[in-house]
Amino acid sequence: MADAKTGNRPLSPHLTIYRKQWTAVTSILTRITGNALIVASLMFVWWILAASSGPESFATANGFVTSWFGDLVLFGSLWAAWYHFCAGLRHLVWDAGYMLDVEQGELLGKIAVGASLVLTILTAIIL
Amino acid sequence: MQYITDRKRASGLGSAKSGTMHHWGMMVSAVGLAILLPLFVFTFGCILGAPYEEVVAYYSRPFPAIVAALTLIVGMVHFKNGAQVAIEDYARGLTRQALILAVTFLCYAMIATGLFGLVRLAL
Repeated sequence: MADAKTGNRPLSPHLTIYRKQWTAVTSILTRITGNALIVASLMFVWWILAASSGPESFATANGFVTSWFGDLVLFGSLWAAWYHFCAGLRHLVWDAGYMLDVEQGELLGKIAVGASLVLTILTAIIL
Repeated sequence: MQYITDRKRASGLGSAKSGTMHHWGMMVSAVGLAILLPLFVFTFGCILGAPYEEVVAYYSRPFPAIVAALTLIVGMVHFKNGAQVAIEDYARGLTRQALILAVTFLCYAMIATGLFGLVRLAL
């Protein structure tokens, strides 16, 4: 009887039926960047394991990680990390009970996008 | 006047009853990563591209190795709990359970593998 009333109940969130808005787009971008960072994490774990295994395996892993394709993935991941960083700070502000109005939420979203781009460019210049 | 906190009032609500602790866990790892991420980006970033001998010497030092280990542990736990919420939003039934298992196993495997590499470099 436990499953008597469970049918195909709708799942959230409904991404395709709403007009694009700053709050929704910056929210889903947080999820996409967070999940995408698994690729860079896998590359780092492979790279550090290879470095600990010896020069030959390091050459293979390092060759991939520093290739143009690896560079592209890592540069994209750098932006993803900074965006997720800014968006996470935004969530901590909300969790503390501040900036919860729609206008303030949109402002925080715009700041997160802008700050992540600035941080990415600054990091690329410094490194 | 209520002598109960907002946090206490939220505990035990929702269908899973454990969402408050899950959210608190995400906040703890988020604050940790807010400190660790800049440290990791710049310690890893400045050795990436260096030759083998330099990489080994660099990650034998305490600071870069401990930053990498902490970022990997906290980052993977944060990923596991965040990806679990995403899976619960978009998948149901056996698919949901299988995906959560797969993500959990992957995260712990990556922590173990990364720590093994870092320890072997340090010794």
